[in-house]
Amino acid sequence: MRTKRLRLVMSAVLVGALAAGCSSGGQEETPQETGPVELTFWTWAPNMDKIAAVWNAAHPDIKVTVSKQAGGDEAAAKFLTAAKAGNAPDLVQAEYQMLPSFVAAEAVADIKGEVEAVRGQFSDGIWNLVTLGTDGVYGLPQDSGPMMFYYRTDLFTKYGITVPKTWDEYAAAARTVHAKDKTVYLGGFSSKDPGWFAGLAQQAGGQWWSITGEAWKVGINDGPTKKVADFWGGLAKDGVVDTQAPWTPEWNAALNGGKILSWASAVWAPGVLTSNAPDGKGKWAIAPLPQWSAGENYSGFWGGSSIAIAEGSKHKKAAAQFASWLNTDAKALDLLIKEAAIYPAAKSGQALMTTAPEYFANQADFWQQATTIAGTARGFTFGPNVNVAYSAYKDAFDKALQNKSSFTDALGAMHDATVADMKKSGFTLAS
Amino acid sequence: MTKAHRGARAHRAGATPYLYLTPAVVLFTLFIAAPIGYTAYLSLRQVKFSGLGLGRKSRTEIFVGLDNYRTAVADGEFWAGWLRVLGYATMVLALMLGLALLFALLLDSARVRLARFSRIAIFLPYAVPGVVATLLWGFLYLPSLSPIHATLRAFGVEGVDLLSPSTVMFSMVNVAIWGGTGFNMLVLYTQLRAIPRDYYEAARIDGAGELAIALRVKVPILAPALVLTTVFSIIATIQVFTEPMTLRPISNAVSSTWSPLMKVYRDAFVTGDLYSAAATSLVIAAISVVPSLLFMRLVRRQAFGEER
Repeated sequence: MRTKRLRLVMSAVLVGALAAGCSSGGQEETPQETGPVELTFWTWAPNMDKIAAVWNAAHPDIKVTVSKQAGGDEAAAKFLTAAKAGNAPDLVQAEYQMLPSFVAAEAVADIKGEVEAVRGQFSDGIWNLVTLGTDGVYGLPQDSGPMMFYYRTDLFTKYGITVPKTWDEYAAAARTVHAKDKTVYLGGFSSKDPGWFAGLAQQAGGQWWSITGEAWKVGINDGPTKKVADFWGGLAKDGVVDTQAPWTPEWNAALNGGKILSWASAVWAPGVLTSNAPDGKGKWAIAPLPQWSAGENYSGFWGGSSIAIAEGSKHKKAAAQFASWLNTDAKALDLLIKEAAIYPAAKSGQALMTTAPEYFANQADFWQQATTIAGTARGFTFGPNVNVAYSAYKDAFDKALQNKSSFTDALGAMHDATVADMKKSGFTLAS
Repeated sequence: MTKAHRGARAHRAGATPYLYLTPAVVLFTLFIAAPIGYTAYLSLRQVKFSGLGLGRKSRTEIFVGLDNYRTAVADGEFWAGWLRVLGYATMVLALMLGLALLFALLLDSARVRLARFSRIAIFLPYAVPGVVATLLWGFLYLPSLSPIHATLRAFGVEGVDLLSPSTVMFSMVNVAIWGGTGFNMLVLYTQLRAIPRDYYEAARIDGAGELAIALRVKVPILAPALVLTTVFSIIATIQVFTEPMTLRPISNAVSSTWSPLMKVYRDAFVTGDLYSAAATSLVIAAISVVPSLLFMRLVRRQAFGEER
C-alpha cells in the first residue's frame, strides 16, 4: 500500500514536471505594448551595459537589461536550451553561422516588418547573412569579420621575404622561412578554428550550403574548398606551417616572440594581438589575403554576429527598435566602436573608423585598408547544422594533423558527417 | 517481518511515517526521479524537419521508439571511447589506489616524521578543482614554457610531446592521480587510525616487523575501506570528462568523443541533439552500474563478511 501511494505521488510529480517541460513555447505575443517595457539582452560584446545605459536614458519607455554571456558554441547551445524551456531573452547576439540553426529551431523571430527602414544601411552580402536567402529577416547585422593578412614587417625583412600576393607565393615563403630557422614559421594551420577555414573557403569561392528550390545543397567538399584543404595539407605534411593548437599560452608565446611571422585573420585581430602578443606593438601591418590567382581580389569572413529577437519575446516591436538603434544610429555605432571594440556591419559605422588601433600606430591608414579589403569579402549561405559541420571539422582535421593524412579525406569526412546529420533530421537535400 | 505485520504497524502510526519521509521523497523526486524520467522521455523522441527547415511549422518533435538507442549503440566512436576510458580507468585505479594505500601505511607507521605536514601536502591537490588542476598541468605539458620540458632538455631528452596521441592519456592519468590520491589516502588513513593499537602490540610480541604488521594486520582490516575507495574511483573514472575536455583545446589528439560522456556533451550542447544525448547518457548509466555491481559482488564476502 505504501509503495503504491508512493508510486502514485511520484508519477504525479513526474507527469507534472514533464508537462512543465513540454508546455514551453507557444506563448502568444501581446498585440499592443503599453507602459515601460523591460527587455533582456544576451551578448558577449564588452561594455554593452554602458551602451544600453545610453539607450535607457533616452528611452524611459523601453528599458534594456544586458546579461553578459560567454561566446562560442556554448552561447548558442545556451540560447537554444533557454528558448526550448520558454525563458529566452528578448534579444540575443547570434553569430551569423548559428542563425540558421536558431531559425530552424524556431527560436528567433522574423522581424522583416520591423526593420525594413534600416535595410539600406547594410551591404547586400551582409544582409544575405540575416535573411538566409529567404523572404524573412531574422536579425540585424552588428559586426562583420572580413579576413586580411597580418604580418611582422621587421621579420619579413629579416628573413628576406615580401608580402605574398598569391597563395603560391605564400607556400614558397613558408618554405624559405622554415628552411632558414627550424623554430620559425610563416603562419599556421588551425584545426581548432572551423570559422577560419570557412573564411578561406569563402575567399576561394566555396559554397558550403546553398538553396535550390525547396532543397539544401551541401558543397563542403566542392572544388574551391578542396583546393584550400589540399594547399594547407601539403604545407602541414612538409612541416613548413605551424600546426599546434592556437589560443594557448604556447601559441601566444610564439606569436609574441616572433616565431610566427604572419596570421591570416580577421578585422578583429588587433584586439587579440594587443593582449596576446604585446611585444609586437608597432611591428605588425596588414595587407589583403594572398589570392588564388594573380590579379584576383577576394576575401572571406571569419566571425561576425547579428542581433536577433527571440520568438518567445513578448515585446518584439520594442526589441526591434532597440536593435535598429544599436546597429544603425550614429551615436550607438560610435559607442560600439569605442566601448565594445566592434567593427560595425553598418556602412555608416565603417566610415566612423578613423584612428588606427593603437597597436597599429605605425599604419595610419589601417581602417582605410580594412574597409577596402572588407569590400572584397564574399560570404556564403550557412546551413541549418553549422554546429555539426564545425564540430566534425575539428575532429577530422585534428586527426589528419596527427596522422599526417590527407586533408582531402578530412574534408570528405566533414562533408559526410554534415550530410548524414541533415538526412537524419529530415531536411530535403538536392541530389 | 511479514507484509501484513508491517502494514498493521503503519496503520497504527497514521500519517506520521509518511510525514517523516516527505523531505526525502520530495527531494528524490525533484532532483533525481523527475530528471531521469524526463531524460528517458526525451530519449524516445527526435526532431524532424521538412523541406529547408526554415519556414514556420517545418519542425516537429516525433516519437521514434528506440531509434536513438540503436544509433547510440551502433556508433563505433562510442565504443572506442569506452576502450580509451577502460585503459585510463585501469591505470588510474591501480596507480592511484596503490599510492593512496602506500602513503596511508607509511603515515601510519611508527617511524614516520613530519606526518601532519605530509598528510596535508598529499591531500591538498584534492582541494584544487579538476578544471583548474587540468589547466595547470596542461600548461606544464606545453613545451616552450614548461619546467618539465626544461628538465628533460637538461638531461638531453629532446622533442618529447606530452600531448600527442600516444602520450596524452598518460598525461591525463597523471592529473587524475595527482588530484585523487590525497582523498583516498585520507579515507584509508582514517580507517587505520581507528584500529586498536593492541593488535600491533600483539603482532610485535609474536615477532612481526613493521612490514609484516602492515601487510598481514593492517591491509586485511582495511579491506572495507579499500572496497569503498575502489567503487568510488571506478565510478569517477568511468565518468572522466573534465581532464580530456580541458586538454582538448590545447591538444590535437583529443577528439570530441574521447570519452563517452564527452560524446553526450557534444550531442547535447554542441550539435544540439538533446534526444540522442539523452539516449546515450542512459546507456552510459546502465554500463557504469555494471562494473561497480560486479566488483561489489566479487568482494562482498571478503570485505563485509556477509554470508550470501
